[in-house]
Parts: sequence; C-alpha cells; structure tokens
Amino acid sequence: MGKTLAEKVWDAHVVRKGEGEGANAQPDLLFIDLHLVHEVTSPQAFEGLRLAGRPLRRPDLTIATEDHNTPTLDIDKPIADLTSRTQIQTLRNNCKEFGVRLHSLGDAEQGIVHVVGPQLGLTQPGMTVVCGDSHTSTHGAFGALAMGIGTSEVEHVMATQTLSLKPFKTMAINVEGTLRPGVSAKDIILAVIAKIGTGGGQGYVLEYRGSAIRALSMDARMTICNMSIEAGARAGLVAPDQTTYDYMYGRPHAPQGEEWDAAVEYWNTLHTDDDAAFDVEVDLDADTLEPFVTWGTNPGQGISLNEAVPFPGDFGDENAKLAAERALQYMGLEAGTPMKDIRVDTVFLGSCTNSRIEDLRAAADVIRGREKDPKVRMLVVPGSARVRLEAEAEGLDKVFKEFGAEWRFAGCSMCLGMNPDQLEPGERCASTSNRNFEGRQGKGGRTHLVSPVVAAATAVRGTLSSPSDLEPASVSASTTTDAA
Amino acid sequence: MEKFTTHTGIGVPLRQSNVDTDQIIPAVYLKRITRTGFEDALFAAWRKDASFILNQEPFSTGSVLVAGPDFGTGSSREHAVWALKDYGFKAVLSSRFADIFRGNSGKQGLLAAELAQDDIELIWKVLENAPGTEVKVDLVSKTVECGNVVAPFEIDDYTRWRLLEGLDDIGLTLQHEEDITAYEATRPSFKPKTLPARTQ
Repeated sequence: MGKTLAEKVWDAHVVRKGEGEGANAQPDLLFIDLHLVHEVTSPQAFEGLRLAGRPLRRPDLTIATEDHNTPTLDIDKPIADLTSRTQIQTLRNNCKEFGVRLHSLGDAEQGIVHVVGPQLGLTQPGMTVVCGDSHTSTHGAFGALAMGIGTSEVEHVMATQTLSLKPFKTMAINVEGTLRPGVSAKDIILAVIAKIGTGGGQGYVLEYRGSAIRALSMDARMTICNMSIEAGARAGLVAPDQTTYDYMYGRPHAPQGEEWDAAVEYWNTLHTDDDAAFDVEVDLDADTLEPFVTWGTNPGQGISLNEAVPFPGDFGDENAKLAAERALQYMGLEAGTPMKDIRVDTVFLGSCTNSRIEDLRAAADVIRGREKDPKVRMLVVPGSARVRLEAEAEGLDKVFKEFGAEWRFAGCSMCLGMNPDQLEPGERCASTSNRNFEGRQGKGGRTHLVSPVVAAATAVRGTLSSPSDLEPASVSASTTTDAA
Repeated sequence: MEKFTTHTGIGVPLRQSNVDTDQIIPAVYLKRITRTGFEDALFAAWRKDASFILNQEPFSTGSVLVAGPDFGTGSSREHAVWALKDYGFKAVLSSRFADIFRGNSGKQGLLAAELAQDDIELIWKVLENAPGTEVKVDLVSKTVECGNVVAPFEIDDYTRWRLLEGLDDIGLTLQHEEDITAYEATRPSFKPKTLPARTQ
C-alpha cells in the first residue's frame, strides 16, 4: 500500500526505529532539519545544556528571532518592561554563547519566527521543523512535517538534533470547490475547527487537500496549516506543488543551480500516493463557505458571520452546553444576537496566522478609499520587519495610516499580549490571530477570530462585517478581497 | 527526573472542558527565565475569583486534578506543567489531553492519566459529595481509586516506563549518538543550513 505525505516525510527522518509493534512500540527517533528558537521557551533549555555541560549539536540547523515580547513602538529604545528586557537579553547572551544565528529587534530579518523561516527560504518541502511554539504547524504549508514542542524537547533537540516521537494517525481534510469573493483561507480553517472541534485532530497529522487548497497561495496555505493546532493536531500539511516552488525560488536559503534541480526532483515525490489510506477523512465544501467568526472562548466556537450567537441549549452534549454558557457570560453576549450586530472596540491585524504581505494587501484593498469607524482603534502589525518593508514599498502603510490605523513594528504583539499591546478588561476585539481564549489578548479582553478582510470591513463599520456589507468606496479603488 | 509509581492526595474536581494553557498559566508569567517558582502563576486569572475551586478548602492543598475533556489545549508552553507541579499537583486526570501538553507532562514527571469520561464524572461526584477525598493514582497497575470508584487509565507504555524509572530523555537518546552521526552523513546536500547566514 502507498504512503501518505506525512508518512513519507516521517520515514525519511527515522534515525532509529523504536522497538516493538503497535501500541507497545517505543517512539521513533527522528532527525530534525530545522530548529526555530525564540526568547520565551528557550531560556530554560539553554540553561539545561549549560548545567549538563552539553554543546548545542547543530548551530547550523538552528535560528533564533525575537518576537513574543518585543514592543511594536519605539523599538530603538530599551524595552521598558524589565522582565521582557531580561528575557530578550538572555536570548542574546545564549545565542552568542552557543553560536546560534539570531535576528534581533531592529534587524531587517527580525519578526515572528513562523514568518521569518519561510521568508528566508529555510522552510522547504519534506523537512522536519520544530520550535517551542505550537504554531510551528505553519511550516506544514510547504509539505514539511512541522510541530510545536515543549521546552524539555527544545533542550533535547538542541543537544541531539533529534526528537523521540510516536507515529501519528493521519487525517485528510478535503476542501473542494471555489471560494466566493470575500471568503478566504482563514474561513476555511475556522470552519474546519468548528466542524471537528478543538480536540478533533488530537493524535493526528492533518493533510489539507482538494481543489480549493491547490488554488491557494503559500501565504494562504500557511494561514490554514498555522491553525491545525487549534483543531488539536500538532501538525498539518499541504503537498508541495508549482505554487510552492515559485514561492521558494530565489529566496536566500533556497537551493541554487543543480541543487535546486535535485531538490525539485525529490519534492515532486512528496505527495500522498493514490493507494494510500488516511485513518480519517473530513470533507468541506468551499463553494458554500461564508466568512466565519468565533463567538466564544475557544476556536471551535465559531459560526458563519451571517448567523446569530447560538443558544447553549442547542448543544446536545452537556459539557458543550456548560462551555457555551460560560463563554457567553465571559464574552458579554446574548444568545440570538446577530453576529453582525456585535460592536467591537479594537481591530487587530497581525499574528503568525495573518500578518504576511498578502494579508496586509487584502485588508488594504478593503479599506482603501474608506473611513474607519472613529470609535474603533485598529492595530496593524506586520509579521516581520521584511514584510513591513515590503508593505511600505507598496505604499500599504499609507493606506492604513490614512484610514486611521496604527502602523506598528513586527512581532507577536496583541495575539497574546506579552508586550504592551493588550486589551483592557471588557474590551472587544476583531482579531486575525488564532486564539480567543479568556484573557489571551489581555486580562478580561474579548476576542472574535476573523479573516483579514473581515477585520478590515469591521474597522469600517464598527460592527462585525464582511466586505460585502460595505458601501462602495468613495474613490476608485480595487476591492479585490479573495487573496487572504 | 523523580520516579513515579503511586501517588495519593486530595482530588480537585475541575468541572470544565477545554482548559487551555492560557488559563493554566497566562502569558504574562512566561517572561521568567527560570524553570521553577511558578506556583503563583497557576490559574492566575481564575484564582482571583473566591469561588474558584483552588480557593476552597480542602481543595487548596489538592495534588490530583480531575478535569474535563481537552485539557491543556493551545500553546506549547511547558510552563503550564511547571506551574501545576510547583503548586503541588502530581497527576492530572482527564478524558482527553492536548498532545503537546501530554508530552510536556511526561518529560517533567507530571502524570497525565487518560480516563473514560464516565469515570471522570463518577470521580467528580465523589469529590463534590465528600470534599477532601483522596485519589490514589497507581502507575504500576494503571488504575485510579477514589472513594468507591476504581477506574483504569491509559498512558502510553514508553512514557509509563520512563516515569516509573525516572529516566532522562536526552541521556537515553545520546546512547544512540552513533546512529545520529550516521544519519547526518546521509542527508542530501540541498537541505538548507542557517549558517553561514544569507539574507535578501
């Protein structure tokens, strides 16, 4: 029988097969091609190496950036928060001591670790990629097996360049059809999570397939793979194709010349065989998909933007009912309220889910020639310094600034509020990030997860909106909205 | 890592599903660079509410957390496990754990025991009817005892063995360093390296 894509990548990285069979099998030891490091989950791992007197085995397969704690204003000044400053300084010291390449705040390659890797061409098909961050699943968009790990595993990879893993089950997510204008990759993944639940992918590697996935750009595929973890799956991937190669060609660390040809020859083998079987298959219809939004406090609590806040009593399962009641209370929402009647205070465009150049372009296309609701504040945080430069070269910064949005420096920012970009208690936010957990964006903050174009339309109207709800723009402007 | 064979301690019923790692430890506490001292951070937001279970006696001295399904979802932060351990928890029982949380627990000697949801419900009832009831978690026999409830739990054999023996993962892997070196020699040359650094 044939193999799935995930199984092919797995098999190509087995250093040592675990002994035993089936449920009693020991884990396989897998080689790790790329280890991404940031300031939050690494200090204790570096300390572990130091205490044990162990070197970092492969600095040449390791790269670090500063992203979670970094301010998005005044980046040329010392970081005001002392504990943040200490953590960043600790990363700098550790990278120097262990010989790790680091892109610090102010560097043109600094940014969210999951934006930087692909941008530099370091993320390639068929690789194993890990990082002490659950959104490492992002890199699966290239047909890489990419997953988040804990700090003990970070230390393990630093010391051995391997990871002990038990084989996963495989799940196909088949998305067939054509997305309508205003519907994007974010809506696909939010709909998938609502369908299978936050635990639905637990123990699985997801493979996103079908005509709607093939039609997506790399930025859009990254958005989808990014949120595999919100469906409970540690990794999610898309088979590489010409779109992948076109994205990679010419990037700083992409193979060149004969190496490129050899790589492409290998990458062309990286697809699920026709006679391979997935453990589970899930289907989603792209033709009928509408913009999606979350109403609750976990990413599975989402519905179409055209619907109303659900009634807890509608949930059959007792735990889901209790969770819905609690979520509505926290979110300050009444069941039955149309989602589009919900007013927001803040719009956040950013995070490793939606901060790449196409996300910024799509949002800019919606707001160009329009005015922001004056009561709404909007933060635009590019995923990396490079994305910021690229956007400025295209004049997108001006579009956002003229609209009244704040144009910030790169980082994780308000996705998790480790830096000063936080919500106030009770503040409601339409956010292009990935988690609507209680307090995630600031203590007491209320998060609705949305796509970049929905975020942009919401900033115009002040209530949760899709681009199709907007009046025609005041000046002739492109309103292409399907690129997110 | 300390060996884990059995543990008996006060059970804490946390009747909630989808307890994500942002609830277990909010991001603001992740700025620390130490591996210990996170007890104050555990469920920091919820602990401000006087009615939260850990603010009630005798649960405040509990060491076995009995939670709803999908415990530990969200971020990969191992700090969630450190905070549970530093507070005094030795085991968490749930019908379903997030993969990364479960892995992190195994590395740190916190037992993540997977029970049937029906058994979780029975244990919740015992703990709510008789607060302070102890839960015995036996990793050797893979069973949990609480009042009149005796229930089996699941844990993968490899993690169980490592917990029972208190084994250090890195040490185990480095016993196979020759295999790693041999694998490295076979990697295709087109695979990228971060050094020397190339930029645009």
